[in-house]
Amino acid sequence: MSLTTVQPVPAEVLPEEPAVKGIEGRTPLQLVFQRLRTDRVALISIIVIVLIVALAVGAPLIAAITGHGPTDANVDNGTDANGQPLPPGSAGYLLGTDNLGRDILVRIAYGARISLLVGVLATAIATVFGMVIGLFAGYFGGWLDSILARIMDVVLSFPYVLFAIVLVSVFGSSVPLTILVIAFFSFAAIGRIVRGQALSQREKEYVEAAHSLGAGNLRIMFIDIMPNLVAPVIVLATLLIPTAIIFEATLSFLGLGVVPPTPSWGNMLSDAETVGFQAWWFYIFPMLFLLLTTLAFNLLGDAVRDALDPRTERIFAARRKKAKAAAA
Amino acid sequence: MIRFLIRRIVLGLITLWVIITLVFILYYAAPHDPAAQLAGRAVTPRLLQQINREYGFNLPIIVQYWNYLKRMVPWPGLFNLGTSNTNRLPVTEIIAQAVPIDISLAVGSAILWMVLGISVGVLAARRPRSIWDRGATVFVLTGVSMPTFILGLLLLYVFYYLLTIHGIAIFPKPGSWTPFTTNPLEWAHDLILPWITLALITAATYSRLTRSSLLETLGEDYIRTARAKGLSERRVVYRHALRSSLTPIITQFGIDLATVMGGAIITESIFGLPGLGLTVVQAIQVQNLPVVIGIVLVASFFVVAANIVVDALYAVLDPRVRVS
Repeated sequence: MSLTTVQPVPAEVLPEEPAVKGIEGRTPLQLVFQRLRTDRVALISIIVIVLIVALAVGAPLIAAITGHGPTDANVDNGTDANGQPLPPGSAGYLLGTDNLGRDILVRIAYGARISLLVGVLATAIATVFGMVIGLFAGYFGGWLDSILARIMDVVLSFPYVLFAIVLVSVFGSSVPLTILVIAFFSFAAIGRIVRGQALSQREKEYVEAAHSLGAGNLRIMFIDIMPNLVAPVIVLATLLIPTAIIFEATLSFLGLGVVPPTPSWGNMLSDAETVGFQAWWFYIFPMLFLLLTTLAFNLLGDAVRDALDPRTERIFAARRKKAKAAAA
Repeated sequence: MIRFLIRRIVLGLITLWVIITLVFILYYAAPHDPAAQLAGRAVTPRLLQQINREYGFNLPIIVQYWNYLKRMVPWPGLFNLGTSNTNRLPVTEIIAQAVPIDISLAVGSAILWMVLGISVGVLAARRPRSIWDRGATVFVLTGVSMPTFILGLLLLYVFYYLLTIHGIAIFPKPGSWTPFTTNPLEWAHDLILPWITLALITAATYSRLTRSSLLETLGEDYIRTARAKGLSERRVVYRHALRSSLTPIITQFGIDLATVMGGAIITESIFGLPGLGLTVVQAIQVQNLPVVIGIVLVASFFVVAANIVVDALYAVLDPRVRVS
């Protein structure tokens, strides 16, 4: 028989429940979702993110509908009679064309793939790596903690933009390298927080209880302690995504990220810079999409933080009251 | 306190050593032949041999590493960053030419971002959940979400391009730079757009820090005491609360300042300022490794030194740090 599960009391023995309706048990996760649902800013950011994901996923579809691939130069009159790029709203080219007669809309959609891929993957790698390192450092303490904490300190005090540029320039730019570089310079931020939390969690009674039941260290770390660290990690991870997206765009803008002609929002802007400001639509659309994406993730991160923070319960209560009053 | 400082300095030295070593490894992991690169177009085996002998490229890697480490020690007779592969100037000279630009950038933008960031933060903290607070939140989130190169390009577009094509040429074209000693007014005029770019991006963090830190302090007992004494609200906020809320801001400030001094890569690239950032990007594009290594070293030194200074300051300002 398992010692860890509490056997449920048979239903017949329970006294009759009083017929009071209302108070249901809710898990913390349900509470968080409920709070997010009432948060207008969070909802809008989620919608924006979903739309951009749809744009990225549907990129080949957009290319098929318009008939222009992301790197196709000058198909069915992508430039006017003088060989000049078409402004937005031209026939067949909703957002206009760039100096090579390529469809900006299609390039934006393919650029969204790169941005989201880099943002999400880099964050995922950094989060997993940071969690593991942080848990080991915080849980075991001692010399292991000293070494791991020092390593994280060193990584955090790196002039990382500069170093990332050097790395990319040595190994040649590619998407996987970009992802790894971003993950490497972000994991310490998560690791440090997890370490701090693990340090305090390991003194708790439930850890002692797990020990006395004979649970191993790995089990205690990953099954017992880790769920208690999810809240701060989710917030940090949501906020890491826009940072990673900006980082990739910056590298591509400097010509050290995604290699042309593959479109990314960053290298579209650096292409635009070589042409000049006359063609404003070369700039405005990549900028707009980049800003919209990072802003949506940042707003969502803030909203998730608020939703996970018990101290903000009062605001949500007030908001619910207001909503109820408005409905009545 | 002394022990704390010594530990910090040792950690800083280790960080520098790790960075130097990583750069060395990258130098040798890179698929290139340094001698061939130095030789230029008219390569002969004899020339390569000569270069290899002169620079020690044919020595065992450990020996090369040792020689390389020795050259990084700031001691007369040892310290030598080498010469640029392209124009044969000593790397130290190239750095010395670029650093004034970065210091100018850092000084101007730091004043702007501190004033802007802290005032927005104070405004938000004094009236939490008011329209001011919401405005501050928008300011912070936009600043955090805004890539530097987008803000720089936008500013250039509006204040340089649009104004200039309409005949109002107030702002200089990118690439303008006048040393402070030549003409201070011209110096500020050339740097105003880069300053604003850096300041707006950076100020967001400071507003957020100021707001949360000040809100926390305003809830402390001694603030209630100060109010109970009958002090004016202004005095309570600015003299009592703000002063002790500044500790986390100082930490951030030191590191940001050092980062800009080590090269504001994107701002310099957009505005064509030949500081460390632009120099390193150009050097990377032609694989001019001595220059890249020199600048990485200088930039890392700034950041590491700033970390030590900030930690020491923190310990002075907050006695609790020293104990732990």
